[in-house]
Amino acid sequence: MTFVAKPTARHPSLKINEIGLTRRDYEGSVSTLCAGCGHDSVSAAIVSACAELGLPPHKFLKISGIGCSSKTPNYFLGHSHGFNSVHGRMPSVATGASLANKELYCLGISGDGDSASIGFGQFAHIVRRRINMLYIVDNNGTYGLTKGQFSATNDLGSTSKRGVPNLYEPIDLVSMAMQIGATFVARSFSGDKRQLVGLIKAGLMHRGFSFIDVISPCVAFNNHNGSTKSFAHMRNMQREVVSADYVAPQVEMQIDYAAGETEDVTMPDGAHLRLRKLHSDYDPHDRLHAINYLGERGREGEVVTGLLYVKSDTENTHDILNLVDTPLNSLDEEDLCPGLDALESINQSFR
Amino acid sequence: MKPTNIHNPDYFHKVVDCQWACPAHTPVPEYIRLIAAERYTEAYMLNWDSNVFPGILGRTCDRPCEPACRRVRTEEKPVAICRLKRVAADYKGDITDYLPPVPKKKNGFRVALLGCGPASLAVARDLLPLGYEVHMFEKDPAGGGMMRTQIPAFRLPADVLEEEVDLILDMGVECHFGHEITSMKEMLDMGFDAYFVGTGAPRGRDLDIPGRAESDAHISIGIDWLSSVAFGHTTSIQGKVIVMGGGNTAMDCCRTSKRLGAESVHVVVRSGFDVMKASEWEKEEAMLEGIPIINNRPPREFVHEGGKLKGIWFTCIEQVPDENGRLKSVPTGEPDVFMEADHVLMAIGQENHCPWIERDLGIEFDKWDCPVLDEITFQSTNAKVFFGGDSAFGPENIIWASAHAHQAAISIHLMCQGKDLKKDRPPRGVNLISQKMGVHEWSYDSEHDPAKRVFVPHSKLDKTLSNIKVEVELGFDARLGAHEAQRCLNCDIQTVFTEKLCIECDACVDICPMDCISFVENGEEAELRTRLMAPAENLEQDLYVSEALPTTRVMVKDEDLCLHCGLCAERCPTNAWDMQKSVFHLPQLGSYAE
Repeated sequence: MTFVAKPTARHPSLKINEIGLTRRDYEGSVSTLCAGCGHDSVSAAIVSACAELGLPPHKFLKISGIGCSSKTPNYFLGHSHGFNSVHGRMPSVATGASLANKELYCLGISGDGDSASIGFGQFAHIVRRRINMLYIVDNNGTYGLTKGQFSATNDLGSTSKRGVPNLYEPIDLVSMAMQIGATFVARSFSGDKRQLVGLIKAGLMHRGFSFIDVISPCVAFNNHNGSTKSFAHMRNMQREVVSADYVAPQVEMQIDYAAGETEDVTMPDGAHLRLRKLHSDYDPHDRLHAINYLGERGREGEVVTGLLYVKSDTENTHDILNLVDTPLNSLDEEDLCPGLDALESINQSFR
Repeated sequence: MKPTNIHNPDYFHKVVDCQWACPAHTPVPEYIRLIAAERYTEAYMLNWDSNVFPGILGRTCDRPCEPACRRVRTEEKPVAICRLKRVAADYKGDITDYLPPVPKKKNGFRVALLGCGPASLAVARDLLPLGYEVHMFEKDPAGGGMMRTQIPAFRLPADVLEEEVDLILDMGVECHFGHEITSMKEMLDMGFDAYFVGTGAPRGRDLDIPGRAESDAHISIGIDWLSSVAFGHTTSIQGKVIVMGGGNTAMDCCRTSKRLGAESVHVVVRSGFDVMKASEWEKEEAMLEGIPIINNRPPREFVHEGGKLKGIWFTCIEQVPDENGRLKSVPTGEPDVFMEADHVLMAIGQENHCPWIERDLGIEFDKWDCPVLDEITFQSTNAKVFFGGDSAFGPENIIWASAHAHQAAISIHLMCQGKDLKKDRPPRGVNLISQKMGVHEWSYDSEHDPAKRVFVPHSKLDKTLSNIKVEVELGFDARLGAHEAQRCLNCDIQTVFTEKLCIECDACVDICPMDCISFVENGEEAELRTRLMAPAENLEQDLYVSEALPTTRVMVKDEDLCLHCGLCAERCPTNAWDMQKSVFHLPQLGSYAE
């Protein structure tokens, strides 16, 4: 970690977005993570994505649990709302917050320990409930804060820094999310910003529960030969199947790839999700196919990345619960306490 | 692109914009750090070693370093380098122990230096510690050359001048002052082993327009007039004064006139305000003293009556760019303007003038009457005769004289040793020294200070305008100097990249505040410049390109806007980035640093 804050000086030709901000305005305080931590790259990707989308930082809710990953919301979007919650309990707090104010962009940051171990139950249920949010897991396969024990996502046979192999099967959060109702599921790599920034933009704008599992190497405890979550391993074994980017509604559709390679999925806000297939066999709209494909390639030691599954015409919690359009936290007393007569008529309806 | 060779002494030297722009290549960031540490004496000596006249230059330098300063590109105002140099001079302690020893026993070679201006003095300073017997010939009764005669005391107090001139004369120069040289042949007959001509550009240009000859009694050449003021021969100027010209001499003339009792002073310039040769701050000072500068007025004719000057007619022009973008003067069609004048000072340039050098001595002159010289050795076509300062390539600034002098001194030394002036010339070199002291500790103050340039205090206007000896700029005190010193970006602390340690984690890319660092596929330079984190549009600044990395990409760093904050190195998990001080070895005789 460094103690020196990033200077405020910026490149004079830095792009200014629609709301008059540059990428630098989306940064947070100085990171206290280890030098070279993949998580800092994820934070940088979030900064780029939000700046490119031109979203107002004060409309964000960033929320996390406990762990290295969960410290990172402090390092991006300095002018937004944040809540650093209890270990593994980010989903509960996110659910409440999202229900209270549906107008916020809800961005949950968690880690493999926070989501696949102590918070595995919570994770499953927030996926099921399809909270309208982007849930990112900074997945490094190790418990970095407690000095490098295997986490629940560490692959069978992958070794520790001292060469001891892991004896247990990993939990694959991506397959899990697809199985229980996530409508936008992706996997990426902190060392591949081109892919990651596009996915974050698409995930943020997706209406429904978006999940991105980001392999984010731990330079201190899990970046050695024998690790399956190291920079080198990811660079060798990463196989991107579908890249995604968000195309704002006002942007004219232009096809800049050969026909058949790209596909534009219309989103409810009139924008488009532009998919670029890098693998002809892969269909990101077929959930079962996707789950099978991941399993097959995984057996070969490959790490499939990109947008793995997307379903755009879908309901999220707000629709399922048939909530009013006004955010719940903005309802006034008259709406919330309509009086005895209203209560009586509700009671009557149950008789 | 090919991987950058950082061991080429010029590569990192170019990154230190101020030092690269300085003709004498004074190590600016190094002495600014010394000032910040209140080590004024060391800061002074570092300057003295390189530019010979820190106190004088700290007040009068043309400052090519300042427009080059990286801070101009990262924000707007450069570090006040020149004024910081003055801080070192003003607050230095006793320097006696730092001076190079001059051997009592001479080496047997005798060198004649013609003129006692900055160039000759600097040659003397370089040669004396090696045991040369140095003789200096000067027509004026005191040393200093144009520094004494042409820079008024309100810009350069006499004690500052004398201190630095005497320091060198006292090293053992044989002075022949008040000795006007009338024949180079006579000099050559005296049998010195080498001759250095540092007689400056002593002839002020004149203007050949109607009425010039008839008004002669009321027209002075600027540099001659300043010189006569400097030696106390002229103590006043009466009536309405017009100064013609737009350079620093014009500014010195008008400000001096104002102090010597002129009723009114106007500066009239042939060209536009922005293209005037005078330094920005000189123009500002003149205007602050209430002297109007009138631009785009070429003179047409002097008006006189019975041998007395009445005034000058000026025509009206404007300057418009032609198809090549060069400014051309075009008459505006407005009626000509008459300005009354009792006295005119001509400051429209100066030139070399060596009528005393006979043309049959093997010293060739070109069509502009400048000596034909080798640009590296400063040797003339007569192997024993060298030129430097303004007499070499025409009027420049003091700092150029120091730079020429170092090279001429090397040449004289090589010649006396019977060596080849080019092949045996000592090469430039660079040393890179890591500044890492601990995990997050650097031996320089790496943090970027966003502070604005500090204003320099001035004497009260009524005080300076009534006494020519009162210095206008008061200089920074220690506190202001320390403030300004903090603004330096330490551009000599280089970001050095070691490919084999890099794991391509992107940490440096993410943290760099100026988006200087990119990891991309290699390509041709022009195309590569468009593909970086931020486009590298300043073609004067190099790209630092690594060998190919395991992913086949290369690291490309645009040197243009790097703040040298060291965050890339702080965030690097493998020390692939390191902050290393680049120390340039620029060959120089009798160097205190060596």
